[in-house]
Order: sequence, then C-alpha cells, then structure tokens
Amino acid sequence: MTVQLDPRPPVAPAPRTGRRTPAMRFSRLDTKYSPYLFIAPFFVLFGVFGAYPLIYTFWVSLHDWDLLGSNHPFVGLENYSRLLEDPDFWHAVVNTLGIFVISTVPQLLAALWLANLLNRQLRARTTFRMAVLIPNITSTAAVAIVFGVLFGREFGMVNWLLDLVGIDAIEWKSNRFASWVAISTMVDWRWTGYNALIFLAAMQAIPRDLYESAAIDGAGRARQFWSITVPLLKPTIIFTVIISTIGGLQLFTEPRLFHSGTNPIRGGTLRESQTVTMYMFENAFAPHYNFGYGSAVAWLLFALIAVVAAINVLLLRRLGGAKPPKDHAKSKEGAR
Amino acid sequence: MGVFPRRRLAAVALVAATALFATAGCAGDEPAKDGKITLTVDVFSQFGYEELYKEYMASHPNVKIVERGTGTNLDDYSPKLTQWLAAGKGAGDVVAIEEGLMVEYKANPDNFVNLLDHGGAELQGNFLEWKWKGGMTQDGKLIGLGTDVGGMAMCYRTDLFAKAGLPTDREAVSKLWPTWQDYVKVGEQFKAKNTGASFLDAATNIFNTIVLQTAGNAQGYHYYDTSGNLVVDSNPAVRQAWDTTMDIIDSGLSGKYGSWSEEWVSAFKQAKFATIACPAWMTGVIEGNAGAEAKGKWDIARVPGNGGNWGGSWLAVPTQSKHRAEAIELAKFLTSAKGQIGAFKAKGPLPSSPQALADPAIVDAKNAYFSDAPVGQIFGEGAKTLKPVYMGPKNQAVRTEVENAVRTVELGQRKPDQGWTDAVNNAKKAAAK
Repeated sequence: MTVQLDPRPPVAPAPRTGRRTPAMRFSRLDTKYSPYLFIAPFFVLFGVFGAYPLIYTFWVSLHDWDLLGSNHPFVGLENYSRLLEDPDFWHAVVNTLGIFVISTVPQLLAALWLANLLNRQLRARTTFRMAVLIPNITSTAAVAIVFGVLFGREFGMVNWLLDLVGIDAIEWKSNRFASWVAISTMVDWRWTGYNALIFLAAMQAIPRDLYESAAIDGAGRARQFWSITVPLLKPTIIFTVIISTIGGLQLFTEPRLFHSGTNPIRGGTLRESQTVTMYMFENAFAPHYNFGYGSAVAWLLFALIAVVAAINVLLLRRLGGAKPPKDHAKSKEGAR
Repeated sequence: MGVFPRRRLAAVALVAATALFATAGCAGDEPAKDGKITLTVDVFSQFGYEELYKEYMASHPNVKIVERGTGTNLDDYSPKLTQWLAAGKGAGDVVAIEEGLMVEYKANPDNFVNLLDHGGAELQGNFLEWKWKGGMTQDGKLIGLGTDVGGMAMCYRTDLFAKAGLPTDREAVSKLWPTWQDYVKVGEQFKAKNTGASFLDAATNIFNTIVLQTAGNAQGYHYYDTSGNLVVDSNPAVRQAWDTTMDIIDSGLSGKYGSWSEEWVSAFKQAKFATIACPAWMTGVIEGNAGAEAKGKWDIARVPGNGGNWGGSWLAVPTQSKHRAEAIELAKFLTSAKGQIGAFKAKGPLPSSPQALADPAIVDAKNAYFSDAPVGQIFGEGAKTLKPVYMGPKNQAVRTEVENAVRTVELGQRKPDQGWTDAVNNAKKAAAK
C-alpha cells in the first residue's frame, strides 16, 4: 500500500539499484557460469592437446604431405583409398588383432583369478596387493628391452631353457606367431596386476552376506565365483575390456623395442610383429616421411579401436546374462 | 554473500590461470647466463668430437658446446632430425647428415643455411671434390660441409683365424681374397674347421659393401640412375651384388646376427664371427662393441674386389638455429683439416679433406686396438681415388627394402629368387610412397 502512495517518481531509487545491480548481476553470473569455469581447465587442455591434434591429423591425412617438403597439395581421400588397398596395412591390422587377442584374453582371466585369491583372508594382504602392481610401475622400455634379450635367437634365455628340456630353439623374432606370443608375454607381465587390482576393488563392494547365503545353500568356492563374483563384476569387466582394447590396439613400445638393429619399426624382416601404430610411424616418419599417409593410418586405427571396443561390449553384454544383478539388488534390499 | 562468490571466482580464475601457465611455462628460451652462447651439436654413432669441443671452447670463451646423440643408432637419429626440421624447432645448431639421407635433405634446401652466403666457397679446396659436391644442391646451394668418407676394408679376428689354421698377418690375409669368390672360398675353409664362430656377421653388411663397390666401379649409381629413375631391377651392379651375397648365404658363412641389433653386439663380445666389412667409421663401432678385452685380437686387411665407399657424413646448420653465425664458425672448425684429424684420432672416421689425408698424423696413423694396423694407409690410399655412388631421392626407403629381402633369404624365410622378386617389388612400392 505504502508503495503505491510513495510520492517519489519511480526513477528515484535508480541510483541505489544501480549500485546493487552489478553485485546481483555478478552473483547471478557467478552461479550460472562458475561451474563452467571450474571444469574449464580440463576442456581447455583437452582442446589444445586432444581435439586440435585430432582435427589437424585429419586435415593432414587429406594431403600429400612430405614431412620435409614445403608445399602439401590437397588430395582428398586418396590416402585412404590407397591405404585400404595396401596389403602391408592389413597385415599390420591382423598382427595387432592377433597380439591383442592372445594377450588380453589370458590377461583378464588371470587378473580375475588373481583378484579372487587376493580377496581372501591372507597374511600380509596389503603387501601382496601392492606387489601385483610392481610390474606396472617399471618402465615399458626397460621391460621390452629385457624381454627382447630373453627371447633372443642365439643368446636368449628362453631358448636356452627350451634347450635344457630338449626343445629346439624357436625363432622368436622371425616367426610370426612366436613373435606375437613373445610380445603378449610382455603385455601380460605388465598389465595383469593392474587389472587384478581393479577387479579386487570391485569385488570388495560385493556384500559378504551374498557369499554366506550361497555357502549355506551349499555352493562351493568355484560356484560362488562364477555365479556371484563374475556376474556382479560385469560393469568392471566391461571397463577393463574397453581400456585393454584401447591400449592393446595401440601397442607400440613393446613390439618396437622387441626388435633391434636396422629398421626395427618394421617389426621383423617380413613385418612379423608390426602393429598398426608401428606402420603409422614407418609411413609418417622414417623411412618414408609421408605425413599424410601416416595420418590416414592413424584415423583408420581410431575407427578400428571404436569398432573392436563396440564388438567387445556387445559380446560381453550377451555372455554375462542380465539375471544375477537383479537378484543381487533384491538380496541387498533384503539384507537391509 | 556478496563477498564470498567473488573470492571464489578469483580462486577459480587463479586455478585456471595456473593451469594454463603450467602448460605454457616450458616455452621460451633460457636466458643467456654470463653472456655465453650455447651451441647444440646433433650427431649419431661415433663422431669423436669431444676433444675438439674442449679446444674450441678454450679459444672461444663466449661459446658453450653441448653434444647430443653419441651412440645413437642412425635409424633413431634421422627421424628425430626430420621431425625437428619439419616442426621448425628443436634441431641443434649444427647437425650431422648421413650420406644415404643427404639426398632427401637436399631436396628441401630451405631447411638449411646456404653456406656459400657465409664464406663457404673459400673452403672448396679443403675437401675431396666429390665430397664437396655431395654437400651441394641441384640449384647450387651448399648446405653441408664434409666430415668423413667411408673407405673400405675387411676387419678380421686374428685369434679365430689362427684357430682355423689361416694366416693371421694382414698382408697374407689380404692376398687370400683378391675377389669375392676367393673370400667365399676362404670362408668355406674357415667353416670346415668348426671354430664355433661363423665367418661373417650379417649378410646385409656384406651386401652393402659389395653393392656400393660394384656400383662405384661401374656406372656410379645403384638403386637410382643419375636422372632419378629407380633401376633396382635393371642395374647389373645390383643384381651382381645380390648374386654374390646369395653365394655367401648359400655357403652358410653368415652368423645371421642382424646388423646393429643387440644380438650383433653380443656376438662381437663373444667372438662369434671372424670377419666384418669395415668402412673406416666401423673401426670405432667394433672397438665399442667388442670392448677392451678384445684389444689386439682384431686386425684390418684389404677388402675383396676393388675399393669402394660406404657412408660418411656432412655437417649442416639448420635455418632454425638462433646462433647461425657462431654455428657456421663451429661447423667450419669441425670440418677443417685439423678437426677431421682430431676426429680420426678419437674414433677413426676417415677425413674427406685431402690436406688431412696427406698429413703425417693420418698417413702414419696406427690403430692400437687393431694390432697396430696402419689405418691411415689402408683407408687413406683408397679415399683419394674413390668413386662415389649416386644416391636417389628415396634411397633410404629403397635400401631398407632391398636389405630386408637379403635378410629374409639369410634367415631362410625366402628362397633367393623369391627374395629378389620381393626386393624389386617392395623397392618400387617404397619409391612410390
């Protein structure tokens, strides 16, 4: 009421509001935009170091780009069409997938088994749990060099041990399948413990009473593992599979350092263990210095990883079955 | 409430700013401390410049020299150099360029300072004529000053030769193999004695030696003709070298220690092979790999066939160098007759300067590691009359393919005929990339 009776013209309070408005506006801006500012560092860094190189690589892949040359003519998708007809590229794809399969499958199974063991009541449990991570903190280069020597044809320890039990020396570096196996052992040695710890963390979130009631129902250890642990770990397994797919298909250091001598980027005389990343490097840098072609390889690798990861996830969804998590939710509520 | 968000906002801004600075912080040049200029020299393998740097820094108190890359494999070095040049940043002030890659760098001369603009022309007399020309581009720019040339000889282990009942004296050994066919025969005799060692290290080393020698004595080119056409399949010199190498492999003389691999280095240490084709720069590599315990067990004989050249480098100054004038001075010093003699004494690369080659320090030089072999005479003799081999635009990529084909036969993965087909086809593919 009094407001209506106020004799002053409506403009009069303006100076006061004028003084207040910036603060209010600021406060409103703050609540509206501060969160973006908070998350900005990541996206700025991602833009600079992630998105920009990605787009630039694609731009380069559309050109005939001699690394040392000064002009780079635009060639459209020619690099891609040449690449799709390049037998050496497909050879590298088969190598990469081969090494990926024979390293990832046993690796994840071993990690699961190891995590299950570590999840039991053990003496010095923390020590063991830390110990499985040790291979992971050693330098990849050192591991690759040591394994490269172990798998040497003439002076290698593996062949020496095989000789002791009467098996003929294996040409670890010039036999395609043998070289895959040798490289897979390096990958397994390094990443099994890491994945085991991820599985272990997830296992500890599984309520104990599930196992207790299973035990009462007469389920043995193995049955408990396959019917409770594995189904409940499915999201974690999917996560590790995706991470391993990305890492496995980008394998570079291990196979690169496994071969020494002239032109090791080739992965052996007949490209026995040349992965796609190595093929990318061979083309983008020495000896071809063809940056455009190398960039096209990089983009096709990106596509390959996306496809393989998607296939893996679809397969896992099918294999795991959807029932146990529901039971789990029920019994969890029941327990409460 | 009016104050709090502002403080919070300031904190956010600070965090964001710190993050940005942290990422940008590494850019920028280090400030010149005490007025000194730092010159970076990029090399690979063994150049033997350490003493020369000390001397140069003593006479140029304003210059500090940092060397990168001693011991680095050429296959690791050249991609790095190329990346630095392509990025316009990162290369040293003085960089070494190896023979096989010189062609590719010469095709893009803008990356390097034209030394003719900086008093380079006066230096012509300091270099063997072909070495001087090798540093020059098609359109007459001088981008590199010669360091060493390959020269060619055959290094052998006297202890293994004695074990196999062969002569050990270097003159007598040289007489054993005037031709490559004789070399194979000696190898077969050696093999028959079962010393536990093979006759030679790897087929690729011997192949490179033979192909460069054969081509040098014939047309003067191997994989590419002088107009830049790929002639791998039609050049008789290549085919001839291939066939000789196949004979050597067929006779089971090679130890199959892939050159420059870890096994190769181990084989040196364990005295697993008796001979290795050695251009002058290889003597430093042998000494480094075989180690002090093999001192005096090695010696140097003449190479079968007739001379030849393998390898040798140039020093260049990239245009991206921030201290061009000083870098050019340093490059001139390192490639001067005096510099080349110093490097030769340290690690054995053979000078490309006629003055240095005529210098008593080279002529009378003996190498204690190689049973006091008169290295100056052995290598120097051939260097003056040496005929260089022309290298085409994609020389390195093509050479890699041919070498790999040799290795597939050596490892028993391919029959010689298949290997040859591979070599030709893959070389064509590599040249087109």
